[in-house]
Amino acid sequence: MNAADGAVIDRRDDGPEEQPDVVETMTGFAWALRAAGVNAGRERLTTCLTALEHVDPVDPEAVYWTCRVSFCSEPDDQARFDAVFGRWFLEADPEDPEPASAGDAPIDRLAARRPPGAPGDRQEVVEEDPSSATEAADVEVLRHRDVALLADAERDEINRMIALLAPRVGRRRTLRRARGGRERLDVGRTVRAMLGTGGEPVRLVRDHRRDKPRRLVLLIDVSGSMAPYADVVLRFAHAAARVSPATEVFTLGTHLTRVTRQLRLRDPDHALSAAGAAIPDWSGGTRLGETLRAFLDRWGQRGLARRAVVVIASDGWERGDAALLGEQMARLARLAHRVVWINPHRGKAGFAPATAGMVAALPSIDDLVAGHSVAALTHVAEVIARA
Amino acid sequence: MIQSRTFADPAAVAAALERVGYLADAGVATAAHLALRTGRPLFLEGDPGVGKTALAQALADITDARLVRLQCYEGIDASQALYDWDFPRQILHLRAMADGPDRPEGYDPARAEASLYDRRFLLDRPILQALEGTPAVLLIDEIDRADDEFEAFLLEVLADNAVTIPELGTIRAVTPPIVVLTSNRTREVHDALKRRCFYLWVAHPDFEREVQIVRGHLADVPDRLARDVAGLMGTLRTMDLLKPPGVAESIDWTRALQVLGATRLDRTNATATLGAAIKYREDQVRVEREVLPQLDGALVL
Repeated sequence: MNAADGAVIDRRDDGPEEQPDVVETMTGFAWALRAAGVNAGRERLTTCLTALEHVDPVDPEAVYWTCRVSFCSEPDDQARFDAVFGRWFLEADPEDPEPASAGDAPIDRLAARRPPGAPGDRQEVVEEDPSSATEAADVEVLRHRDVALLADAERDEINRMIALLAPRVGRRRTLRRARGGRERLDVGRTVRAMLGTGGEPVRLVRDHRRDKPRRLVLLIDVSGSMAPYADVVLRFAHAAARVSPATEVFTLGTHLTRVTRQLRLRDPDHALSAAGAAIPDWSGGTRLGETLRAFLDRWGQRGLARRAVVVIASDGWERGDAALLGEQMARLARLAHRVVWINPHRGKAGFAPATAGMVAALPSIDDLVAGHSVAALTHVAEVIARA
Repeated sequence: MIQSRTFADPAAVAAALERVGYLADAGVATAAHLALRTGRPLFLEGDPGVGKTALAQALADITDARLVRLQCYEGIDASQALYDWDFPRQILHLRAMADGPDRPEGYDPARAEASLYDRRFLLDRPILQALEGTPAVLLIDEIDRADDEFEAFLLEVLADNAVTIPELGTIRAVTPPIVVLTSNRTREVHDALKRRCFYLWVAHPDFEREVQIVRGHLADVPDRLARDVAGLMGTLRTMDLLKPPGVAESIDWTRALQVLGATRLDRTNATATLGAAIKYREDQVRVEREVLPQLDGALVL
């Protein structure tokens, strides 16, 4: 262990004067992580600094894992973390007053070993994150949505949609019970009330199962053929997300993108531009089957689609294998409470669900509705309310 | 305070875990080491059956602590997680005091009421058990199933390691419990909770580790059989199945094959026992068509 080792993480051997460097380096690292989209806030940084005191600073594997368990908070973070970790500790930082020398500084060794792999794999390093691997493999031109500010008319439209949706998201019964009703005797509360009356059951307390809005999951096709309609559906999604916090919104195209967090912003301008910035494949191609499978594997089957009303907005133009789409739609139909498909062409005269994707998906759809205009979306809202 | 259960470094933790039958890799060992040292909760995510719950049990074993498990579900609230008063017993007590034949001479309603809220009428639920019966490992299983209001409540308890019961006062843990949370990601757990924890994504083990785990769980399983199963599992996990089999399935499957008296995996016994590993019909059809025929000739491994 030489002095150069201390530049990054060694605070034990070089005394307290090295400490600012550790803090500085790790703060910079946290900044880089944040820039890469990892939610590495101040609290996580503190956690990491505290945690680093408990591991051997020259053991690259221990340092890697300490940082990783401190900074990451979801599986999607892993690939981003690994990338930044490698970049940060491999390349000398120009701003670092005392750049780590090359050779066998722990950082270099750290980077050389990166990634030590997902827990447990020394042999198969490939399996870390299958989804990001396939995404990375496809080289393509990605586009972001044009972020134009909303006109007043569009803003009104959103407000109208909120009003439209607000009272009418379908409801389901939950396991939770609430007072009142006449369904069942609430023994616990009755007995508790007896304490106040000297042990006599003067009043019987009853309860009933509570209702809860069904979760609404919107899957919006943002491929080129849907470009004229995706915007209005996205605004509809924003309205839905505002009405019920349980709403989840994803976009489909060549990638699966979760935009729920962005659409929760109150202001529609902010929400839609944030969502636009998050969607990498705006007006790109379509691989409905694959992206739907990604949704089901990563979110739907775990619980997001269960008991939910799932709304897919797409014209069914499938670049990939239509059979895969059919298979995944069947899977979705088994999980969801109701599957609603918004096809913008549905409203046109002489429409028949003839695209390969549409034909494959049709058996698994409960409601096929139009959705090319606000008027048509009113109907969609009704269908959702009935679900 | 917590020295008794600390280990020198992650390797020492891994060794201790191995002694109690949990084979940890570097990530798990480091995370466990940090949780033991700093007292921060561990937040575990990963596919079902990768050993998240087993890790909590193993942590309890190596620290000589008791494992207290809180299974979350929709609608869980403080009276099921923390404490509740045993009302029927309180009423019995009240009645016995008020109009029993041995009613004391100087019956004092105020004292009678105070005696109702005695510790013996308190039903301790998992979190209170973990705070009182230290040292303990508190496993909060499937936190994503609970409502999000429950998370806020949990945060409060975890921050103080203490519970205040209005009638009794504050109960504080002598030794804070080691907390392990697991989630299946059916909904997003609030970041306020996550950022107080060490987050670990538990992945499937590699081949050698899986063989070791299977052999550790099943006494006298033929080595060849364990290797066959672990190898095939590795293949199955790369197939994009609806439900990739976890370690739990490897153990179940090996056990099923063992019961049949198999010493190797072949097409016949694999087909007969496939249900122990693959739980979806679509997956079974695919595996029977694409993988099992390869078992006929020389084994792939």
